[in-house]
Amino acid sequence: MIVNGRARTVAAPDEASLLHVLRGELGLVGTRHGCGSGQCGACFVLLDGEVKAACELTVGQARGRSVTTIEGLGSPERPHPIQAALLEEQAGQCGYCLSGIQIAAAALLARRPDPDEGQVRAALARNLCRCGAHGRIVRAVLRAAKAMRV
Amino acid sequence: MSKLPQSLANNPKLGQWLDFAAPGRVTVRIGKVEIGQGIKTALAQIAAEELDLAFAQIRMAAPATDTAPDEGVTSGSLSIQDSGSALRLVCAETRALFLAQAAQRLDAAPETLTVADGVFRAADGRRTDYWALAAAVTLDRAASGLVAPKPITAHRVVGQSQPRSDLPDKVFGLRRFIHDLDLPGMVHGRVLRPPSTGASLVSAPEAMADGIGLVRDGNFLGVVADSEQAAERAAERLASRLEWRERDALPDPALLFDWLKTAKAEMQIVAERGTPASGARTHGAEFRKPYLAHASIGPCCAIARWEDGALRVWSHTQGIFNLRADLAIALGIGRERIAIEHVEGAGCYGHNGADDVALDAALLARTMPGRPLRVQWSRRDELAAAAFGPAMAIRLEADLDAKGGVLAWRHEVWSNGHSSRPGRAETPTLLAASDLAKSFPRRLSINVAPAAGGGAERNAVPPYDLPALKVASHRVLDMPIRASALRGLGAFANVFAIESFVDELAALAGEDRLAWRLARLADPRARAVIELATARAGWSGRARRPGRGIGLGYARYKSNGAYCAVVAEVEAEREIRVERLTVAADVGLAINPDGIANQLEGGAVQAASWTLLEEVRFDRRRIAIAGWEDYPILRFPEAPAVAVHLIRPGDQPSLGAGEASLGPTAAAIANALHDALGLRVRQLPLDRARLAQAALA
Repeated sequence: MIVNGRARTVAAPDEASLLHVLRGELGLVGTRHGCGSGQCGACFVLLDGEVKAACELTVGQARGRSVTTIEGLGSPERPHPIQAALLEEQAGQCGYCLSGIQIAAAALLARRPDPDEGQVRAALARNLCRCGAHGRIVRAVLRAAKAMRV
Repeated sequence: MSKLPQSLANNPKLGQWLDFAAPGRVTVRIGKVEIGQGIKTALAQIAAEELDLAFAQIRMAAPATDTAPDEGVTSGSLSIQDSGSALRLVCAETRALFLAQAAQRLDAAPETLTVADGVFRAADGRRTDYWALAAAVTLDRAASGLVAPKPITAHRVVGQSQPRSDLPDKVFGLRRFIHDLDLPGMVHGRVLRPPSTGASLVSAPEAMADGIGLVRDGNFLGVVADSEQAAERAAERLASRLEWRERDALPDPALLFDWLKTAKAEMQIVAERGTPASGARTHGAEFRKPYLAHASIGPCCAIARWEDGALRVWSHTQGIFNLRADLAIALGIGRERIAIEHVEGAGCYGHNGADDVALDAALLARTMPGRPLRVQWSRRDELAAAAFGPAMAIRLEADLDAKGGVLAWRHEVWSNGHSSRPGRAETPTLLAASDLAKSFPRRLSINVAPAAGGGAERNAVPPYDLPALKVASHRVLDMPIRASALRGLGAFANVFAIESFVDELAALAGEDRLAWRLARLADPRARAVIELATARAGWSGRARRPGRGIGLGYARYKSNGAYCAVVAEVEAEREIRVERLTVAADVGLAINPDGIANQLEGGAVQAASWTLLEEVRFDRRRIAIAGWEDYPILRFPEAPAVAVHLIRPGDQPSLGAGEASLGPTAAAIANALHDALGLRVRQLPLDRARLAQAALA
């Protein structure tokens, strides 16, 4: 499978959970384990550009396809505009939900570069945040959208 | 000698708190832990301020029992008060010692030196620094507490909004959480919890196939595997092969509040003052709060490793020393044989399962000495096996004169105690301790002393000037549902009740509800937050619109902490929706204003979730939560817009901000709902069902 733009050979069997393989074998721990049943969004990844819960995917379902994780969005050296905006807004408290939220936001901005607040909130409807950083996160996504348009 | 802050009195040596061993950096050791609230950043600001270092020169060490000062538990919004005041004195005194040494070395009077970024400069340009002087200054000495910290007017780091130092790692998805630790040779475990209180294991397999380890001790059962997925799958396979004997040990959920009020209890008078005059009438009402879950997004997790009979644990506990004490008792070893290192976890809002999972890991790891063993809880256990914030019933009564003026106020609260935290008793409170063959009875939860803020009775004493009042708390002495500290403890429900009741009393007296409050609050700081919140929310002169309402809630957290007022605007025509929350607060000297705003805002949103949606459901036998579908929380589309306004009162002691906004938010929402619909809902959550009940009543 192509992970963050790089071809990776995965030793785990087809029925293995993609989330475990990402976090374990591939060492990409940015994809967080939240619930194990696709209900919280903490483990969201992009599978061929579509938002999916890695805990509900098997390695077999990802074979030959492109997987983007939080590590593929950006890095401290080359932050994605969403990452830069999250830091500017200080949008987070515990930060556990932020990986999945950024994946959902990136997918939104890819298909809709100029979303309004309601569209951002709707795009994050499947992501849970318990610390109550919702308002700051929404502001950060809108800020990132603006930065990406110029 | 002036009285030292408790944290410093308990850990008096300067060298316990900091050292200059790393070039160009100071390493600061604190006993309080980062739980997503940004405490590492705020305390680093204090250290940078008093030592005249740049913020980037402060390295905050991960708290560990073998190196950190023992500062008890990170709870009660006390870290800035406890740790901050100790650290401020430590750093001021350390700077003074180094300044004297620098003066000697530069042959100049101390008052002629300037200090910046850790460099001491003489007027003629000669210089030295902390690291060059470190060998000549011993920090192996007790703090005197006699060196005055900087006056507020000299602050350059404290009081400025400082970006959180831990946030970049979390934004970029780096290896930061305890879940991400990958120690050499690590194996993975899962625990199969009894399905209900008091359940016992009737039959279980003796062993597992495919190299899976099975560990059983009484009713404690776990599996161990080389990979996390193998452990998870083994636990699933094993679950279907277990037979438990269960009994109906829980109260009837339909009669929960009757049970609370009639169960055996211990009564305590919290406050009693004034002589009640006889009134023309009495107004009374009962307010109710269900059990609430922590519901963190990340499951509890711990790693344990035994070596030569000694145990090392990596944990996201709120109290490394308290956890160590309970582990020592549960495992039957001396506490000097246990070391605990703090690693950040997902959001922590009280006494969650972090301590419990540490015992799980220690029990499983004991079967494979030398190997680090990691246990992560399932989503079900995260939501249903951790202790809950206890259900509460609150009866309020006011004797009124003919005009509706209050002659006497009575408040009674019934609840389990609000703390089952470890490390405070002769037997452990850790979850698995009561499942072991040599089992420890489950300890009843307690209420911390009123002087420490109390538990069920936290904020039960109303802040208003009243001619007579009596406040009583009944601690229920039966705990079929495990209860412990959840953010704000009793304050959440007590403030919800008091502030709802105040609106009722104002209406009975024909008084304006804002004026009623302002007329009975002598403390100008209390009035100031109410005036600011209402002004910013556009309280006066609003046009009434059908189905929409506005409400106010106020409290001073713990009666001696942060002042906070919240205005809620709700829309209740079809669904109950909180559109906007306006929060005003006075936290004394604000160390990191944006961090405080973040905490107040997060607290308000979390309280909106508790208030509108949350309730732990159960039947006579089991907690009825399998996953998020059974315990919904507020989502992005429904989360209210929040505006936070801080009052900066100048040179006042810092007050913790983490829990101040929750109670006022609940009350503001209830009062706004009443304003919108004319219905007084006194039982949480304020959902359609409760609204329908209130309409029928």
